Amino acid sequence: MAEWFEQIKAEFDLNFIQADRWKSMLTGLENTLLITLFAAIIGIIIGIIVAAVRTTYDNNSESMKYNGSISYYILKFFNAICKIYLTIIRGTPVVVQLLIIYFIIFATSTNDIMVATFAFGINSGAYVAEIFRGGIMSIDVGQFEAGRAMGFNYIQTMIYVIIPQAFKNVLPTLLNEFIALLKETSVAGYVGVLDLTRAGNAIRGVTFSAFMPLIAVALIYLAIVMLLTWLVGIVERRLRKNER
Amino acid sequence: MNDNVLISVKDLKKHYKPRKNKKYTDGVTKIRALDGINLDIHKGEVVVVIGPSGSGKSTLLRSLNLLEYPTSGQIIFEGLDITAPHAKINKHRRKMGMVFQHFNLFPNMTILKNLTIAPMKLLKKSKKEAEEKAMALLERVGLADRAQAYPSQLSGGQKQRIAIVRSLCMEPDVMLFDEPTSALDPEMVGEVLDVMKELANEGMTMVVVTHEMGFAKEVGDRVVFMADGVIVEEGTPQEIFTNPQSDRLKDFLAKVIV
Ligand SMILES: Nc1ncnc2c1ncn2[C@@H]1O[C@H](COP(=O)(O)OP(=O)(O)O)[C@@H](O)[C@H]1O
Ligand SMILES: [Mg+2]
Repeated sequence: MAEWFEQIKAEFDLNFIQADRWKSMLTGLENTLLITLFAAIIGIIIGIIVAAVRTTYDNNSESMKYNGSISYYILKFFNAICKIYLTIIRGTPVVVQLLIIYFIIFATSTNDIMVATFAFGINSGAYVAEIFRGGIMSIDVGQFEAGRAMGFNYIQTMIYVIIPQAFKNVLPTLLNEFIALLKETSVAGYVGVLDLTRAGNAIRGVTFSAFMPLIAVALIYLAIVMLLTWLVGIVERRLRKNER
Repeated sequence: MNDNVLISVKDLKKHYKPRKNKKYTDGVTKIRALDGINLDIHKGEVVVVIGPSGSGKSTLLRSLNLLEYPTSGQIIFEGLDITAPHAKINKHRRKMGMVFQHFNLFPNMTILKNLTIAPMKLLKKSKKEAEEKAMALLERVGLADRAQAYPSQLSGGQKQRIAIVRSLCMEPDVMLFDEPTSALDPEMVGEVLDVMKELANEGMTMVVVTHEMGFAKEVGDRVVFMADGVIVEEGTPQEIFTNPQSDRLKDFLAKVIV
C-alpha cells in the first residue's frame, strides 16, 4: 500500500513538479480560456450581424419589393453571402477550418493564439447566428404585428419587442454553445498553440508517462464544464422565474 | 361630404399564392382573398364587417394599415395614398389603432409598460405624461389596479381591454378590431364589447370584424357583408338584418342567428 502511494507520488512529482511542468499546464489553461472567451465575443458579433441580415431579409423582402427599394437588392446580396458562410462553416470540420485559416489566410501572421481565436470565433459565429435566428423566429408573429401596427418601424420593433423576448429564450442555448466551444478549442494544438490539451500532451512526450498529464487535462476540462453548466442552470431557473 | 371620409378603399385586390400544404387549393394558382373592394369609412362611423370564415375580412382589415400589402388598388387615409411607394407608413399606423383576436400584449412588460412604450418612443411623450394618460384610461376600463401586473396574470377579457387601451394611448383617429371577442370565454365577451360600445359613443371611428351580431345591430352605423373576397351587400344594420337581399347573406344570417 505504502509502496503504491510512493509510486503515485513519484509520478506526480515527475509530471508536474519537476522542471516546474505545472507552469506550462497553467499557461495552457490560460490560453484555452483566453481563446474561448475572445472566440465567443467574435462569435456573438458575427452571429448578431448574420442573424440580423437573414431575419431582416426574411421579414422585409415583401415590403421592400413592394416599395421598389434598391436596398432590397443590397440585402439580397448580403443574405446570399451569409448563407454561403453558414453552409461552409457548418459543413466542414472545425480542425480543417483552423488549418486553412492558419496556413492559408493568415500564413504570414506570427501570433498563433490570435489566429486560432479568429478561427474559432468565425466558426462559432455560424452556430450563434442560427441560435439567434431561431430565437427570433420562435417569437409569435403577433408580437411583431402588434409592434408594427402601433407604428414602430422594423428595427424599433426588433429592439423593443422581439429581441428582449428572443434573448431570454436563447440564453441557455447560447451558453451551452460556448461550453461546446471551450471543448472544441482543444484542437488548437494542430497549429502549434499551447493550449491546455497540448500542454498536457507535451508533458507526456517528455516524461513518457501518459496517465497523470492526460487525466489531469481531462479533469480540468470537466471541472470547468461542470462549473459553467451549473451557472447555466442558475440562469435558466432565473429566467423561468421571471417568466410569468 | 367627401372631406368627411377618413379611409377610402379603391378597387383593392389581394391575391395570395396558395399555401403548399393545403389540399383543397390543388390546381388553384392564386387565392383571391380580396377581389376588388370599394369602401368609404367616414369620420365617427362604426363599420361592422361580417361574413363567413375565409371571406377576406381579416385581409381587408389588415390591408387598411398595410400589415398586408395589396396586390393592386389604393387606400386613401386622411387624404393621402398610403399604398403609394415610399408612403410614410409608420407615421400613418400611429393614427390607426389595431386590436387583435389574440391580444398580442407584450408578455415581458408590465401592463403600464405595454401602454407607455409606444407613446414614449414614438410620440416622444415624457414618462410622466405617458403614464398619466395610461392610468386615466386604465381607470376608465376598471383596470387601474393591474398596472404593475404582467399580461399572463390577467384573464382574457382583461387582456383584451388592456389591448384596446394600448391602442388608445396612441390617440388614434381610427380603431381596427379583428374579431376581438372570438378568443374569449363567453362570460368575458360582454366586458370587452362594453368598452367598445363606450368608445363608439364617444365618436371614435371604428372598423370591427366580428361574429357578434348583437353588437353589429346595436352599435354599427353600417354593416358590410363579405363573401369570397368581395362586398356582397352593405347597409344599415336594419337593412342587413331585417331585409337581406342576396341569397348568400340570407344563408349566412340563417346560420349565425339562432
Ligand atoms: N398569408 C396567407 N397566405 C395564403 N393564403 C392566405 C393568407 N392569409 C389568408 N389567406 C387566405 O385568404 C382568404 C381570406 O382569409 P381571411 O382574410 O383570413 O378571411 P376571414 O378573416 O374572413 O376568415 C382565405 O382563403 C385564406 O385561406
Ligand atoms: Mg379572420
